[in-house]
Amino acid sequence: MYDGGKIIAGIIIGLVLLTFPIWYTHGMAPKRPEVKLPEKEKKCVKDGPYMKTKHMQLLDLWRDSTVRTAKRIYVSEDGRKFNMSLQNTCMSADCHAKKSEFCDRCHNYTGVVPYCWDCHIAPKEEPKEKSEEMH
Amino acid sequence: MGVNRRKFLKIAGISTLAVAAKPATDALAFNPKEWLDEKLGGFTPSEMMLHFGHKPEGSVAGEALTATRWAMVVNVRSLDEEIAEACMEACHKIHNVPHIKNPKHEIKWLWREGYEHALPGQQHEHIDEEIKKLPFLVMCNHCYNPPCVRVCPTKATFKRKSDGIVMMDMHRCIGCRFCMAACPFGSRSFNWKDPRPHIKEEEQNPEYPTRTKGVVEKCQFCAERLAKGQIPACVEVAQKLCAEKGREPALVFGDLDDPDSEVREALRSHYSVRRKPELGTHPNVYYIV
Repeated sequence: MYDGGKIIAGIIIGLVLLTFPIWYTHGMAPKRPEVKLPEKEKKCVKDGPYMKTKHMQLLDLWRDSTVRTAKRIYVSEDGRKFNMSLQNTCMSADCHAKKSEFCDRCHNYTGVVPYCWDCHIAPKEEPKEKSEEMH
Repeated sequence: MGVNRRKFLKIAGISTLAVAAKPATDALAFNPKEWLDEKLGGFTPSEMMLHFGHKPEGSVAGEALTATRWAMVVNVRSLDEEIAEACMEACHKIHNVPHIKNPKHEIKWLWREGYEHALPGQQHEHIDEEIKKLPFLVMCNHCYNPPCVRVCPTKATFKRKSDGIVMMDMHRCIGCRFCMAACPFGSRSFNWKDPRPHIKEEEQNPEYPTRTKGVVEKCQFCAERLAKGQIPACVEVAQKLCAEKGREPALVFGDLDDPDSEVREALRSHYSVRRKPELGTHPNVYYIV
C-alpha cells in the first residue's frame, strides 16, 4: 500500500471528526421533557401511553370525522362523550390550557413543528410565557 | 397485443360470473353498496386508506340540526342596509374572517351586491329604482351540482353526502384556485397573505379557527353551528332585526326536501329566482325580489 501511514492516519482523523458530536456530548443529553398535565381533568379520551404515541392519528381521525362525515361527538371506551375539537376540547381551560406547557415541550424537544396553530387558535397565555413558545 | 382465444374465453367467463352474481346477492338481501357504506363509516375508500383502515371509532352525530338538503331563501324586500351590515358582521366575526381593505386580497363569506350583479341578465333600463337600491345579500350558493367540487384535485372542497352543504376541508386545500375559477358566483376568496394580522385579537372568536396563507375559503352554511343545533348566524341576526322592525324575515333557512319546512313555505308563498340558473348549477339559495 502506497502512503499507508498517511491513509490510516487520515482515516483515524476522519473517524474522530465524524464521531466528534457523539463523544463530545456524551453524558450531556438534555433532560427529557416534562409535560404539565391538567390539574382539573385527570382522564384523557384514551389512556396515557396511547395518547403519547398515537395522538396525531387520533386527531387526524377526529378531523376527518368532523369535517367530512359530520359526526362530531366522540364516545370514549368508558362511555364519556367529547366534542371532537382540538381548540374547544383538547385545549379547553380544564384540560391542556397552556400550549407552551404541554404541546410545545415535547414538540420542541423532538424538533417537530406541526402546523396546527397556523389556523387553530391556541389558548391565550400570560405574556411572560410567550418566550417559551418561540423556537 | 391482440386478445387471443384463451384470454377471450377467460374474460367472457369472469364477466358471466359477475352478471350472474347480481341476482344471487339480491336474493340474499345483500346490498354491496350499503355494506361498503357501513364498513367505511362515512369515509370514502380513499379516506379509509389514508387512515390505514381505521375509522373514527365511537363517533356520533350529536345534537345536530339535520336535513337532506339545506337551503336558504333571501327575501330582498325585507332587507335594508342596516340588516345586511349586521348579518355580514355577525358572519365574519364568528368565523374569524379578516378585514382586508385591498379588494384584490379581500376575504368575504357573505356580502352585499347590487341587483345587476346579483341577478345578471334580469336587468333592463326601466327597472324600479327601489329594487336597484336593495342590498342583495350573496354568499356561497351551496349548489346542488357544484362546479367547484368537480374541479378540486384534492377533494378539499366536497358536497357533504348527508345534507348537501358544499364544504371546505382546509387541511387538504393546496391553494390551486381551480374552484375559484369554476365558481360562477365569485363566492370563494383566496388567502394571499396570512389573515391573522388582519383579525383584531379582541375580536377573535377563540372557538373557531382562522385560515392560513394559501387556502381558499367561503361560507359553509354555518356547519359548526348546525352541529350544535343552531341556525346559521346571518339568519339568526336577520330574523331578530326583522322581527324588531315588524317585517317578514329577510333570511329563511331550512330543509328543501321537507315540504313543511320554512323555506318551502316561503317559496310557495312568493315568486323566487336563483342566481344564474342557465348554468345548471342549481343553487340552494333563493331570492324573493
